[in-house]
Amino acid sequence: MKMRSALDFFFSLAPGAHPRRGLSLTLRRGVARPRLSVAAGAAVLLLAPFHVHAQVSSDRLLRATAEARNWLTYSGTYQSQRYSRLDQITPANVANLEQKWVLQAQVFGAWQATPLVVDGIMYVSQRPNDVVALDAKTGRVFWIYRYTPSPDQRVCCGSNNRGVAILGDTVFMGTLDAHLVAIDARSGRAMWNVAVAEAKLGYSITHAPLVVKDKVIVGVGGGEFGIRGFIAAFDAKTGKEAWRFKTIPEPGEPGHETWKDDAWKSGGGSIWVTGSYDPELNLTYWGVGNPGPDWNNEQRPGDNLYTDSVVALDADTGTLRWHFQFTPNDPYDYDSVQVPVLIDMNWRGPADNVAKLLVWANRNGFFYALDRATGRFLSGNPFVKVNWASALDERGRPIQTPQPAGSPTWPGNQGGTNWYSPSYSPRTELFYVSAWEGYATIYRKETSVYQPGRNFSGGGFTVLTPVPGAPTIGVGRRSPINNWTDAVGHGSVLAIDPRSGETKWKFEQFDVSDSGILTTASDLLFTGGREGFFHALDARTGKLLWKASLGGQIVNGPMSYEVDGRQYVAVISGNSLVAFALRN
Amino acid sequence: MIAILCAVLALAVQTSSQDHPGQYSAIDIEAGSRLYAGQCALCHGPNGDLVTTVDLRRGRFRHALSDEDLGRVIRAGIPDAGMPGFALQPSEVDGLIAFLRAGFDLSATAVKVGHPERGQALFEGKGGCGACHRVNGKGPRGAPDLSDIGSIRSPGALQRSLVDPSSAMLPINRPVRAVTRDGRTIRGRRLNEDTYSVQLIDDQERLVSLMKTDLREYEVGTTSPMPSFAKTFNGDELANLVAYLLSLKGTQ
Repeated sequence: MKMRSALDFFFSLAPGAHPRRGLSLTLRRGVARPRLSVAAGAAVLLLAPFHVHAQVSSDRLLRATAEARNWLTYSGTYQSQRYSRLDQITPANVANLEQKWVLQAQVFGAWQATPLVVDGIMYVSQRPNDVVALDAKTGRVFWIYRYTPSPDQRVCCGSNNRGVAILGDTVFMGTLDAHLVAIDARSGRAMWNVAVAEAKLGYSITHAPLVVKDKVIVGVGGGEFGIRGFIAAFDAKTGKEAWRFKTIPEPGEPGHETWKDDAWKSGGGSIWVTGSYDPELNLTYWGVGNPGPDWNNEQRPGDNLYTDSVVALDADTGTLRWHFQFTPNDPYDYDSVQVPVLIDMNWRGPADNVAKLLVWANRNGFFYALDRATGRFLSGNPFVKVNWASALDERGRPIQTPQPAGSPTWPGNQGGTNWYSPSYSPRTELFYVSAWEGYATIYRKETSVYQPGRNFSGGGFTVLTPVPGAPTIGVGRRSPINNWTDAVGHGSVLAIDPRSGETKWKFEQFDVSDSGILTTASDLLFTGGREGFFHALDARTGKLLWKASLGGQIVNGPMSYEVDGRQYVAVISGNSLVAFALRN
Repeated sequence: MIAILCAVLALAVQTSSQDHPGQYSAIDIEAGSRLYAGQCALCHGPNGDLVTTVDLRRGRFRHALSDEDLGRVIRAGIPDAGMPGFALQPSEVDGLIAFLRAGFDLSATAVKVGHPERGQALFEGKGGCGACHRVNGKGPRGAPDLSDIGSIRSPGALQRSLVDPSSAMLPINRPVRAVTRDGRTIRGRRLNEDTYSVQLIDDQERLVSLMKTDLREYEVGTTSPMPSFAKTFNGDELANLVAYLLSLKGTQ
């Protein structure tokens, strides 16, 4: 309740941002029936199908935390905690959740997008590069923007798109053929479209852009095609490129010495998950993908900066302020494309000053805490079984222990975790992540010759199975029958104490999970999994409080929003986007 | 007459060089690998899949099922398809077949594949396999239905299933024992499982779905209920049974 009144106070200070105020403006313009008066208040909210079109200013994005009813960026706020301050749904009443609406996509395949919600309107991307605007209260669609990627597009792992960004009245989407498109939020029509990179060389954009001030920031995917990755910012009004940071330094640039000969030219360093932003430091943080070729590190001796690293860039210029590399000279495909989670907490006890931290459960199986002002390594501990490194040294560099050829490596190729968004609750001070446990792979190195736009992988891997030739976990679930079973790995939600790196509790599933995690101000945790169950857990204990069997794999991040005083939780299962709220 | 003699000779060579009953030796596989690179790869490709509808590495052939068929094709060729015959020594032919059966993997096991019709006789007769397994609508349903086993398992896995069933049992097929809260014991073979439930076929051949919260005990065994046939069959018989199982490609 305290939170609610504080928010009301904030909204009263923010003209145009309050839904009731916005509605009254719409009514005054005479769109509604004349006999309705502004004073009709709450009754109108239930009857009238009007929505506010307040502009999403960059200031609103900065203060997204204060707009609990909205979900303004891919990860909820710039801190990327996926923590909703809404608290109408509680551990006591979560059993009363019911499905309010479903949007059935007409396109099949893994649906990884996190929707945005702005003042009652939801924007969600669907395969291959459509954007749908819908009424967040009913699921009815206003418009669909359809973009057909060029036949030149090449993506390793399906026509994925993880979401959109918004600024002003414009929605931004990166495309499979590496374009950035600006779409009018009301008409659904394209305003501008720029080529960010060349699709036929294997470049693509699959993550949601990040808007900071007047710029739209995106990076490029294509780590399996020998690309040379970069992060670039574009003017939100015109699409003109403002800056570019190359994730593989060129000759003469710092970091280039971590490459030998020409290996940097096909060095990878893809970007395929959205970064975060700290307004005080004016730094934007991005996780960088694997080096190319993926598995044969003998073809690229050296640390291979800035692959498998987090980079902290000046948001105005793209200048590198610091970097931290998780997996130097990686032969395991341990992309560091996890969402950078920014938290402020007392580090090592309440007597200390509040530290500005960057916390990171990496695909390589270690959980890290870094000082996000300087990139200084604070701590790192394995959160799943790890045998590719024996430990991290005092600077956070792994002491690598490569396994003999033909022997299993833990964690396996898909990692201890992967791209799916974790969550952090400032109330429980726990970090939550979907982990894969009991999962290992056997790597194979081969020599790959770089050919433009062709697969450049340097080998392959097989999943460790208890019986040769047994079915294994695939990239995505393809059958309602789990014939691979937990014998090759299973998913767990881990609740990690960022100070100690210790797992406080875990919630185990039979199949693995690629679901993101949402926590709320009422200490609820929502997550899914490949089995199609949508679970609500007690964020303090991990106890299962409620579940719904939605049938299709959940490979997106659940999110929460409020319309007309009602809290919703939305999740995508299979080809369905489902919104839940409490029973009337 | 000559053909029979060749076959007998080939058998003798195989028997002398084999490490395990019904398997080719590592030496055979390696010799085959060298021959393949020199004689076969030009048309069939380094991965054995350059000729349409043929995948030598994965055992997809147009004109052969058993090792004997493969030997005949290698020696005589398929003139209509443009494949010449190769005048190779019997041991060389064996090497090539071993390399194919090992899936082009020098570290793998190459299982001999005999005569499917003889294997079928063993399956139905001496082996008594039909007492538990069902094939094309005949037989009970307790053990896995084998109607399409030839398209989902490799020769190596099939042979292992015969000699050491537990080491080859697919995890999904593991036997389940559940005791419900009201004290009923249910035994069966697992068909599917998730975090909250398990689906199985019980020993009465009924399809059963259980919620784990309704169970007092739930055990998934790792020992196969199938006995080993290592002492029942000799190497040739195993090869014949594998040939029969490989011939089962499923019906629609």
